[in-house]
Amino acid sequence: MSEAARLRRPYDGVVVAAPVTVPYERYSIESAHWWIGRALKALVETSGLDKRAIDGLAISSFTLPPDTAVGLTQHFGLSARWLDTIPLGGVSGIAALRKAARAVQAGDADVVACIAGDTNQVDTFRRTLENFSRFAQDAAYPYGAGGANASFALIARHYMKRFGATREDFGRIAVSQRANALRNPHALMKTPLTLDQYMAARPISDPIHLFDCVMPCAGAEAFLVMREDIAASLKLPAARIAGTIERHNAFADDVVQTRGGWAMDVADLYAMAALRPDGIDVVLTYDDYPFVVMMQFEDLGFCAKGEGPRFVRERDLTIGGDFPHNTSGGQLSVGQAGAGGGYLGLTEALRQVLGQAGATQVAGARAALASGFGMINYDRGLSSGAAILTGPSA
Amino acid sequence: MAAVDLMRFSAAIADGSVRVVDLTFTLSPDFPVIVLPPEFGQASPLRIEQISRYDAAGPAWYWNNITLSEHTGTHFDAPIHWFTGKDLPNNTVDTLPARDMIAPACVIDCSAQAAADADFLLTIDHVEAWEARHGRIPARNWVLLRTDWSKRSGRDYANLGEGGPHTPGPDAAVMRWLVEKRDILGFGTETIGTDAGQAAHLDPPYPAHHFLHGGGRYGLQCLRDLDQLPPTGAVIVATPLKIVNGSGSPVRVLALVGAGA
Amino acid sequence: MTEPLSPPRKRSPLNRTRLPSQPPAPRSRTSHGLTRAAAEGRFALQRCANCGEYAYPARDACPSCLSSDLPFVDAPSGGELVSETLVRVPADVYFRERAPWRIGLVKLDCGPVMVSHLHSDCIDGERVRMSLQLDKSGQAVAFARPQQNAPAMQDDRQWREMTADPKYRRVLVTNGRSAVGLATVDALLKAGARTVHVGVPENWKPFPEEERLRALPGVKLVPLDLGDERSVRDVAADIAGKTDILVNTAEFVRPGGLIDRQGASFFQMELAETYMGLVHLAQSFGPAMRMRGADGVDSAAAWVNVLSVYALANWTPFGAHSAAQAGCLSLSHCLRSELHPGGVKVMNVFTGPIDGEWFQTLPPPKVAPRAVAEAIVSGLRSGLEEVFVGDVAQDVRRRLAASPKALERELS
Repeated sequence: MSEAARLRRPYDGVVVAAPVTVPYERYSIESAHWWIGRALKALVETSGLDKRAIDGLAISSFTLPPDTAVGLTQHFGLSARWLDTIPLGGVSGIAALRKAARAVQAGDADVVACIAGDTNQVDTFRRTLENFSRFAQDAAYPYGAGGANASFALIARHYMKRFGATREDFGRIAVSQRANALRNPHALMKTPLTLDQYMAARPISDPIHLFDCVMPCAGAEAFLVMREDIAASLKLPAARIAGTIERHNAFADDVVQTRGGWAMDVADLYAMAALRPDGIDVVLTYDDYPFVVMMQFEDLGFCAKGEGPRFVRERDLTIGGDFPHNTSGGQLSVGQAGAGGGYLGLTEALRQVLGQAGATQVAGARAALASGFGMINYDRGLSSGAAILTGPSA
Repeated sequence: MAAVDLMRFSAAIADGSVRVVDLTFTLSPDFPVIVLPPEFGQASPLRIEQISRYDAAGPAWYWNNITLSEHTGTHFDAPIHWFTGKDLPNNTVDTLPARDMIAPACVIDCSAQAAADADFLLTIDHVEAWEARHGRIPARNWVLLRTDWSKRSGRDYANLGEGGPHTPGPDAAVMRWLVEKRDILGFGTETIGTDAGQAAHLDPPYPAHHFLHGGGRYGLQCLRDLDQLPPTGAVIVATPLKIVNGSGSPVRVLALVGAGA
Repeated sequence: MTEPLSPPRKRSPLNRTRLPSQPPAPRSRTSHGLTRAAAEGRFALQRCANCGEYAYPARDACPSCLSSDLPFVDAPSGGELVSETLVRVPADVYFRERAPWRIGLVKLDCGPVMVSHLHSDCIDGERVRMSLQLDKSGQAVAFARPQQNAPAMQDDRQWREMTADPKYRRVLVTNGRSAVGLATVDALLKAGARTVHVGVPENWKPFPEEERLRALPGVKLVPLDLGDERSVRDVAADIAGKTDILVNTAEFVRPGGLIDRQGASFFQMELAETYMGLVHLAQSFGPAMRMRGADGVDSAAAWVNVLSVYALANWTPFGAHSAAQAGCLSLSHCLRSELHPGGVKVMNVFTGPIDGEWFQTLPPPKVAPRAVAEAIVSGLRSGLEEVFVGDVAQDVRRRLAASPKALERELS
């Protein structure tokens, strides 16, 4: 165990509960406030808590500005003693979980509502791209205005060259997630996807093709982080946080990104959770692109660097397979509800370990790993994070 | 003159028995101006800047600002224009006597000579030959040199070539003689300048300017349609703008020609 | 290998002229250090004055040592193309109309990785040379070209978006009487311009080489007095819609400063011919050119002003001339901003004293008219905004950058 892992305190006395998904819509005329408000209401209804019992709020949203979490306290009639606005896109969920858990553990809050929600109006996607970051504005977006598709295309092509990954390998990931999504009533994608269809899709930014891309949509995801005793008093099914990691701007010297920050911290993750990769029952990766999923399989220790292609050829990634992965269908098949995409894996992980995943439930799932990735500030994704949740039966 | 005669005069203009001939070129930006070596100051050609034309700068009206020199287009030279006339009284366009603005003209037709020789120079002999046919030039008359140069345009009109402009004009002797012996009011031409194109090489240089203005007389240049005038009997109306201390002025020159003249 | 450009076809009056659009323009203030270099055709990057590391994208603190002393310096332009993509579904209008658009990642020899526009001859994994170009928004972008020149390289579709190459374009040279004007006509024809209209001021005066000019294929003489609003408007009525590049060679040089020059008429004339000339040209030709910035192979592309380098700092012996030129320089900045929506570049070509009658007694170095003409063409082919022709102009530029006050004393 590393020095860092040894020094980290376990998340004792803190639990996660009440996974909430506000069903997605491709386009919405509503505001981010509307979507986040729906999620908050669902949290209250699911948990049975009085709204006044929520004394902490963590918010992630691309479309909320100029408002932040503080504006929402007045908007929603909340009185909070702990507040955070987390603009971390794909890592929003992991970051919110970590911050909220420590706040609750330290007694700064009793119940923190963690919510990510975004609207998707017809021009939201383009506006988000235009204003994503200073480096993107200065040095990436003016180059073809391809947004994340173009930036990840550059990384994907390099990864394929270097490790011999093929489009078929990426296709296996997308196809298995679609199969999972067909069991998820909330998924926007409702028709099966074959590998042939995947291969024949129109190119978006070579080697990225249509089914490598997520569909931007409106929606919200949320969960509660609270004192264990409060959950118990409500008889609320709750999961424990076995371990977490988070890293920003790892491996800055890599010319082109071939690994995320997980590779720097993954040993700590498993040490903290006292688990090994083969002890994880279900894996929920951040799937903005299938090749990013493959990178996570490597960096999260399920296979060695460069063995991702072989890994996905050998394993069955569906709900009933030997490596259940992105059981909800992931963003690729459910849709990417802005910052909600950074929560999707966590809420699904929570459902899986609580046995609440319904048709997507993996039998006997006790430990689930959810990861996040994001913030392509210039030429690479800067932020990565992961958490292992364990259920009551673990 | 009795008032009743003026009424008859204006009636004669109205019924056409007195013809009004416009001797003026249209003032336009591309009309040539005198050519001097570029290190000297230059006469500005006409420049027109629109102020408004029923638009945001003036919704109901159209007008222009114009820039031009005192010696642009058909124009009038006052005595102060030349160093020889600089100390004379009433030598500027704003002080010259108004009565000088209306006077008879003798028109000397040298169009045949000018057609044959662009550098044709008018001499005393030519004028005396003219007087033999039309009588002595009366005092205080304009003498207008008809060359039909005004029928040319553009490059042919400026006629620049080796050594500069080549256009007809008077020689030095005839100018001195016209001023001193015939007491003319002024001298007018169809070319750019009362002097010939090559008059810098005469003695004195630019004799028309030299003697006319030194004698307190006037110049008219860039006149047109002198072929419409009789050798004698036409009355010239040339009223320069009353520019303070002005050396000259663009001018509308009219000739009144009586019936049968 | 780049496919050579085909000559433009005649426009059908049935089709609407495609209106210009711009690539994304917002930039941080710091990154305009790159714009400055691109305007002059230099490849510059930030280099930490403390630790010597190169930094890109533009930063306000060194990622290596946190120093804020990050000047832009000329940088080695070699690198390797490490990945590429063809953007087929861009999010904005400009690129959508030009899709697919090829970009890549270039690892520079001096350190940073640049997202870059790619010349079609670039090959993944091979060496490239980088330049900073001004795109249709007028902002600096990185552009990678292959190490070796190849035929028709200049015709690359993406490269041509960054430049104002005269090839197949129709040009107006505003003053064919001047030596610079004449040389410019020759240089433009040599560079493949389809038509060169040549303005002849005071058309009633003959001028040297007129007959030669008239006989050149592709050359058309038009009477054009820049100081005369109507003359400019009349010419524009005929040809503004087919003027893709306008080269303003207006020239009015007279010696003298303020006190030592008699009277005001020269001041007025030099303002009329140069300052007002630019006003008249801009008002008559600007609107049509701005409309036609995306009009195919022969779209409107650039406006060139030939200016005295003393527009930047007053040179007393030609003090009034310097001031009139300074006025034109200021107007050119306004013009640049106003032509911007059309993607039409404004390039200022600064010259030292030109070898001709007005600087006859001045000792060398003087600028040959042909050198000015060649600088105009090469500036257009590289898509520059600022060009300094000759040793004197370069010298003034450097002295000005180093110490404006010292230069003021040196020029007086």
